[in-house]
Amino acid sequence: MRLEVKKTYKLFIGGKFPRSESGRIYKVNNHKGEFLANVAKASRKDVRDSVVVARSAQSGWASATPYNRGQVLYRIAEMLEGRREQFVAEIRELTGKSEKQANQEVDSAIDSWVWHAGWTDKIDAVAGNMNPVAGPFFNISTNQPTGVVAAFAPQDSSLVGLVNTIAPAIVSGNSIIAITSETLPICAVTLAEVLETSDLPGGVVNILTGNASELGSWLASHMDVNAIDLEGTSNAAELEMLAAENLKRVIRKGGYSRTGAKGSLQHILDLMETKTVWHPKGH
Amino acid sequence: MPTIDPEAVVGSRITNQSLSRWLHSLPGVDKVGLEARTASLGTRSIKTDSKAWALDMAIKMMDLTTLEGADTKERVRSLCLKAITPDPTDLTTPQPAAICVYGDMVKHAKEALGKNKIHVAAVATAFPSGRASLPVKIADTKDAVNAGADEIDMVIDRGAFLSGNYLEVYKQILAVKAACLRKDGTRAHLKVILETGELETYDNIRRASYLAMLAGPDFIKTSTGKVSINATLPITLLMLQAVKDWFDQTKIQIGVKPAGGIRTAKDAIKYLVVVKETAGEEWLTPKYFRFGASSLLNDVLMQRQKLTTGHYSGRDYVSVD
Amino acid sequence: MFDYSPAPESKDLVKFQASYGHFIGGKFTKPANTFSTINPATEQVLAEISHGTAKDVDSAVKAARTAYEKTWSKLDGATRGKYLYRIARIIQERSRELAVAETLNNGKPIKETRDVDIPLVASWFFYYAGWADKLDYAGLGANPKAHGVVSQIVPWNFPLMMLAWKIAPALAAGNTVVLKPAETTPLTALLFAEICQQAELPDGVVNIVTGFGDTGAMMVGHPDVNKIAFTGSTDVGRIIAKQIAGTDKKATLELGGKAANIVFEDAALDQAVEGIVNGIFFNQGHVCCAGSRLLVQESVQDVVIKKLKARMENIRLGDPMDKNTDIGAINSKEQLTKIDRLVKQGIKEGGQAWAPSCAIPKNGFWYAPTIITGVSPANTVVREEIFGPVLSVMTFRTPAEAVAKANNSQYGLSAGVWTEKGSRILKMADQLNAGVVWANTFNQFDPASPFGGFKESGYGREGGRHGLLSYLKGSN
Repeated sequence: MRLEVKKTYKLFIGGKFPRSESGRIYKVNNHKGEFLANVAKASRKDVRDSVVVARSAQSGWASATPYNRGQVLYRIAEMLEGRREQFVAEIRELTGKSEKQANQEVDSAIDSWVWHAGWTDKIDAVAGNMNPVAGPFFNISTNQPTGVVAAFAPQDSSLVGLVNTIAPAIVSGNSIIAITSETLPICAVTLAEVLETSDLPGGVVNILTGNASELGSWLASHMDVNAIDLEGTSNAAELEMLAAENLKRVIRKGGYSRTGAKGSLQHILDLMETKTVWHPKGH
Repeated sequence: MPTIDPEAVVGSRITNQSLSRWLHSLPGVDKVGLEARTASLGTRSIKTDSKAWALDMAIKMMDLTTLEGADTKERVRSLCLKAITPDPTDLTTPQPAAICVYGDMVKHAKEALGKNKIHVAAVATAFPSGRASLPVKIADTKDAVNAGADEIDMVIDRGAFLSGNYLEVYKQILAVKAACLRKDGTRAHLKVILETGELETYDNIRRASYLAMLAGPDFIKTSTGKVSINATLPITLLMLQAVKDWFDQTKIQIGVKPAGGIRTAKDAIKYLVVVKETAGEEWLTPKYFRFGASSLLNDVLMQRQKLTTGHYSGRDYVSVD
Repeated sequence: MFDYSPAPESKDLVKFQASYGHFIGGKFTKPANTFSTINPATEQVLAEISHGTAKDVDSAVKAARTAYEKTWSKLDGATRGKYLYRIARIIQERSRELAVAETLNNGKPIKETRDVDIPLVASWFFYYAGWADKLDYAGLGANPKAHGVVSQIVPWNFPLMMLAWKIAPALAAGNTVVLKPAETTPLTALLFAEICQQAELPDGVVNIVTGFGDTGAMMVGHPDVNKIAFTGSTDVGRIIAKQIAGTDKKATLELGGKAANIVFEDAALDQAVEGIVNGIFFNQGHVCCAGSRLLVQESVQDVVIKKLKARMENIRLGDPMDKNTDIGAINSKEQLTKIDRLVKQGIKEGGQAWAPSCAIPKNGFWYAPTIITGVSPANTVVREEIFGPVLSVMTFRTPAEAVAKANNSQYGLSAGVWTEKGSRILKMADQLNAGVVWANTFNQFDPASPFGGFKESGYGREGGRHGLLSYLKGSN
């Protein structure tokens, strides 16, 4: 009998798969409580490094054409589809879901990428406008990504929750540091592999496995993070207080459903800034 | 009087190409910003002493004008008498700077004014269209100068300007300026009318101002009064900014004359505010600012009467001209 | 010499009461716990104002809640709109009185209150009146809902205008409000209360509570308030964000700024100079979106500074009630001290300060329009919001450098760009991290146009459709 080659579960930072700089790991069990894998336990310094790469990747991603971003997001859906069996197996192993349920979750995850992919070049058409001001001015409001987003994926979802946390942030050109579910991180690492092979520039999505409570305060208080999504946190109020220090945009816990095949435009817009440009009209 | 070296200003031998390069390197003008600034200055509230000062200055800066095909010797004489005694009920009323007429009326105006220091200005160079050959324009100018005109108001060739033939415009101004020379070596003052209403854009007006200033006139003037858009406050502000910048650059002070459409004392005061706050106090003299107007005088006189008597005047208390 | 004679607006256009209570449930309370509000140009007391207590705040929130439940949320949008139209019309009718009141209490020139503030107040109500029966088109789908009771706290720099920016969209969306004007400028808000009475606005829809920061904190903390709208300093914005952390309260925060005003060598320079002046000296520089950092391309630095100084010599500082005054009084002694301290710091750090020769009145609080050259992005005057008529001047060589310097701030409220090159404007507008970009203009405001910042300049928008959304939530 051939011995199976197992995967080392690492972090995803700047398009690379490093171990935690701290060297720490934690054990992840399957739904029966049996050992499944040692997963990297991200540290404060991994957070720090992720913010640096997320910041440097953000402007390039934001200045890619919406068409291009849409294609990249669609590519993610394609890659995910190609790995369907692996995700289904991982979800079943982690959560004990039936094959049908696991397939449904993967369906939603894929479809959510497709749903978001289609938004890239429509956000401003729907949520921006010309403003008919009372004067000889051209005046237009458009939306621009907020910048670097720190997000805590829901703890009770292994795949679709993470997808519905990352996609609404990056669709518009933000970069993200996503903290996965602590107990269900396996699909997240596989998703990182999907992202890595999907033409997504390195650093746009950074995925850290580990403990949300430990990493939360570092992200919430980080002055180079512009927005924070508190969905998967257990100390949301405390983190919201820290986030106030540089007036981060805050998505509160329970604000948006993360289980569906469709996201929410409002969720996307919560991570964007309205910019209004005035210019005189005259010869 | 200091003079400039046009080649030094343009930075090159004077050719159409170098003029074009120079004029198109001037900063642009933002229409909305210029008009907003003008509107803001238009809200200045000029009261009591400052109003009295402004009304008198407006009269002193006036080129009292009649430029009609129907002008006659008698009509011109009547206007001259009005200039000499603008308000018979108040002999402290100042006199306007000049009477502005067609060239053939110069001798009648000179005769009517006698030894009075009021100048006679003549429009020339195929006014108002400027559509004549250069020799005709020169002859027109000389004719007026020989008849005793103190000032010549010439028009530029707008067709040449709009087609990019800046050298032609420039040369014509130089030639007309030369024609202003009198036999005794003195020279009639030269005002160059840009006819801003036909240049249409503020960018063009700034360029035309600079092109005219390069030729060394005494004044640049907005309009003939014969087209649909004549002097406006923003155009005048723009030209005042141009003469101010020109002075800063060359130390040569050139005057500005808005003409046409300025009918009320209230308007005239707005112009004076714009002069003060754009070019500066140095321009608040008839030597450097004039109004080309006809009906303006009576409105200023009525306002003046209001200030002296305390009650509003009426049109029967000023003379028709 | 053409010296403008005094042209004072008549003070008799407004009559203040000796003392004011709060406006709660459609009635004024008995004045209590009072403090004086003054004219900062003369330091004369204008009226006595009540300092709101927890009890006052509670009864105002209760009145707002009752009005929301019983009246306002039951009215159809068209009727709400009609009330707002009525208010807009009464503001137009009483515009000169309001302008005079604002100038007396704030110190800003009558020219600005008459030509900018009050016309915008009326237009803001007029604009949002029209939204009240069109909420289905706001962008949240059919039947969007109001939040309920909104606590609104406004600053002293545009007292009535900020009130309008807050109250008009809130009421159009169907909320009821408790509003607190700044402690130094409460009078026009109290006149507005009278306007609500004249418009027969249902009791409790608008409540005005006066007081200091502690009163505001109680309004934020009150458990029955659903939404906070605040305009003011970033420091207070931070406190509010912390105070509502972990609650369901929504917030719109419009905070500080340190806008870059970028002049390229190919700009329309005369209009750029006007824009610089308007950008920093409008309203004594008490403007969160003021263009307080001038970035001028090196090749035109000399000519721009020369023209700017010449232009500044024409700025008329003095009696705010004089119709020819361009710069009025600084709103308070505290603010004057802060401006003075920061400018001195700027000079200590190597900056050269220059101000035109203008006479400073004896009484009241004044600061001459000032530019500071020789400073860099490291200097305090370049980083901190001064909130006064003080411009820091820096240079740049390339567009990339201009963007880098402009974005180098914790703020992101507004920015200005001056160039005659269209493609450059659009690129700059993309790259500048600011909620409002004024290209070849500055300090333009309109009820149809969203306003608000990036980063520490706050979140949420006021004005336009976006401003309406700040007061609505989707129905699902």
